Amino acid sequence: MAIKERMSGNEAVAYAIKQINPDVMPAFPITPSTELPQFVSNYIANGEIDTEFIPVESEHSSMSAAIGASAAGARTLTATSSCGLAYMWEVLYVAASDRLPIALALVNRGLTGPLNINCEHSDSMGARDSGWIQIYAENNQEAYDNFVMAYRIAEHKDVMLPIMACMDGFITSHAVENITLLEDDLVKNFVGEYKPEHYLLNKDEVMAIGPYAVSNYCMEAKRAQAQAMMNAKQVILDVAKEFEEMSGRKYGLFEEYRLEDADYAVVAIGSACGTAKDAIDKLREKGVKAGLLKVRVFRPFPGKEMADALANCKAIAIMDRCESYSANGGPLSAELGAALFKNKNQAEVLNIVYGLSGRDMTVEDFEKIYEDLADVAVNGVKEEGYRYVGVRE
Amino acid sequence: MMENKFNFKEIQERPERLAPGHRMCAGCGGTIAVRNVLKAIHPGDKAVVGNATGCLEVSSFTYPYNSYEDSYIHSAFENAGATLAGAETAYKALQKRGKIKENYKFITFGGDGGTYDIGLQSLSGAMERGHDMVYVCYDNGAYMNTGIQRSSATPMYADTTTTPAGTQSNGKPQVRKDLVAVMAAHNIPYTAQTTFIGNLKDLYVKSEKAIYTEGPAFLNIMAPCPRGWRFEAADMAEICKLAVETCYWPLFEVENGKWIINYEPKNKLPIEDFLKKQGRFKHLFKKGNEDLIVQFQEEVDRRWEELKVKANA
Amino acid sequence: MLEDKFKTENIDETVKWQDLTPGLQIYENGSSKLFNTGEWRVNTPVIDFEKCKQCLLCVPYCPDSSIPVKDGKRLDFDYDHCKGCGICVGVCPFHAITMKEGK
Repeated sequence: MAIKERMSGNEAVAYAIKQINPDVMPAFPITPSTELPQFVSNYIANGEIDTEFIPVESEHSSMSAAIGASAAGARTLTATSSCGLAYMWEVLYVAASDRLPIALALVNRGLTGPLNINCEHSDSMGARDSGWIQIYAENNQEAYDNFVMAYRIAEHKDVMLPIMACMDGFITSHAVENITLLEDDLVKNFVGEYKPEHYLLNKDEVMAIGPYAVSNYCMEAKRAQAQAMMNAKQVILDVAKEFEEMSGRKYGLFEEYRLEDADYAVVAIGSACGTAKDAIDKLREKGVKAGLLKVRVFRPFPGKEMADALANCKAIAIMDRCESYSANGGPLSAELGAALFKNKNQAEVLNIVYGLSGRDMTVEDFEKIYEDLADVAVNGVKEEGYRYVGVRE
Repeated sequence: MMENKFNFKEIQERPERLAPGHRMCAGCGGTIAVRNVLKAIHPGDKAVVGNATGCLEVSSFTYPYNSYEDSYIHSAFENAGATLAGAETAYKALQKRGKIKENYKFITFGGDGGTYDIGLQSLSGAMERGHDMVYVCYDNGAYMNTGIQRSSATPMYADTTTTPAGTQSNGKPQVRKDLVAVMAAHNIPYTAQTTFIGNLKDLYVKSEKAIYTEGPAFLNIMAPCPRGWRFEAADMAEICKLAVETCYWPLFEVENGKWIINYEPKNKLPIEDFLKKQGRFKHLFKKGNEDLIVQFQEEVDRRWEELKVKANA
Repeated sequence: MLEDKFKTENIDETVKWQDLTPGLQIYENGSSKLFNTGEWRVNTPVIDFEKCKQCLLCVPYCPDSSIPVKDGKRLDFDYDHCKGCGICVGVCPFHAITMKEGK
């Protein structure tokens, strides 16, 4: 029997961690992810799990210790946000190129500066090319479900890559919502035991990891790593299917909400998608054919699949909760824009930056975006570059 | 702790844990340090060897050639402490869950750049948290891998590529950081300083103590770099002896808070004897620079006296 | 069992990306022995076993683990790996080791 509960996003992910009972967790406090190491420490203090927690002195050491632990053969996780992820930057690449299936619970928060603690995707988007799988949650339920699925994806032999399970800071991490949890045994059996093929503490075989490699080998290593990311797409779908059989909850690379016959589509990531759905429901009642494509998996990037799903749209708004200072819009706009072009989609496209540093995104904001989409569908996009929504101007 | 008698011949006959074929320079002191530290692991025990980025790493695990007989991990320059702490914690976790029965030791190596400077925070954290591991600094007093840039371990007045001696410069203006004291201040069970003296008993005994003391231990090993210090490799043993006989590099240890000097020269030699053998100090022997040597001597004396006070306290 | 293709001796610059070890990990101990650093040598140490008292002092000072010891006695140099640094010449109390020019 599924367990009906009410909890925050952080509580939900901590609950998944408790059910998985990983071997090692190094972590360092940073708002808004701090609760995760706190919850885990409490579970340990009360004998509910026997994970080894390492209270490291920084996030750089957090990821470094995670690399050491994972290479040694331990199922390993950490959690962080914002500057913490930035401080890990260098070693994020090492974890991925070492092919270590570490899980990272990322609670999205904007990078400094100015210093701010609220939701933005600039932290994970900055790390989008570090070789980590990235899966985003819209709400607490998805944050929980994604974490339950994380190790199955990362540890798959065709993948062996680290995975970032992301949720929106405060909006998701701290807001209490209804949630349906799975029984401990179900989760335990679903995740299974970690049995690495090669690891430092294997009594029968040594392992040397993290070599210096000259140009004659590096490019081949990177090509192989890229293949693992390509392979991840199918593995994510396979794991989602198995998860659906267990939980009844269906996941894909992205979610289509009333998209099938939509003339006007919004493409977005994370909690704002819930708000967009409300706007769509209102507009549909008025006969406006509004729809949503919610990106769940950003790495590997399902460009072709998303472009196909958007094939019949007349106008699309691609929304970034992240300023990339390219003077050309955010990263989702850039990558999806390229995919639409390659797929010969004919829609007009608005590139939008919204919700920076926790700025609210309202139903009315989305209604206005759909209005604008109807306009550009007829009159074309007049501006070069991109536009801001929700900024005073 | 298991303390075995020092049996020099038996130790030399032990299987090597650092295989030849690594690409360290001919005459590298760092390699002597690594080889001999690893020899102190009791035969039969397993180990995980860690490493900060540096000469040692790029030369001893150059894909696909691996020089280690034990498992080995390198991840970056500044995180040798944290990386091995992670591996050590994994050992604890897997042991607890009955997945590992063998006895493993955890030893990580960093140069002085990776230890005194960029890796200090990660080292400090690992020591403070009490991981059962040894951090070994092979201290050659500069960033040798990138081409002899000064570090906080570089001695005063040394000519390096970022503190070149010139008409307006006498080399590095600052004195060396006293890292062993910094590590001792972590109140860890064992901290020691050594180099290559005689039959390397001092290095062996300290390595064995460090490895078999429960909890964190730190070793600082002076490992001369013939290229960076500019001396003939054949003089390796002589240079080390002079470093100790001048009290530039005292042999001492801090065991559970107790400071012990392991060797006091009967006749402390003047620092010139150590300096004049090395090209990096050549400018100190130019006419008119006599006071620089006096200052160098004063610094050596000050530290030696300070150490004696700590050891007698 | 380690797959043959993952052995150091079978990895070279012609191997395709599909066949390199994942993450460029190596699962073989001491495989650098296959790399012949003896070729670097400019000068070569030569031991005179007449003068050698088998004190073994040269052994721990060798940076290249190139002085093998068996049954309490040092053997001749491992010239496949000795780089000819000359440290052993400096530490031998009996002047039993000399450097000769060339390989």
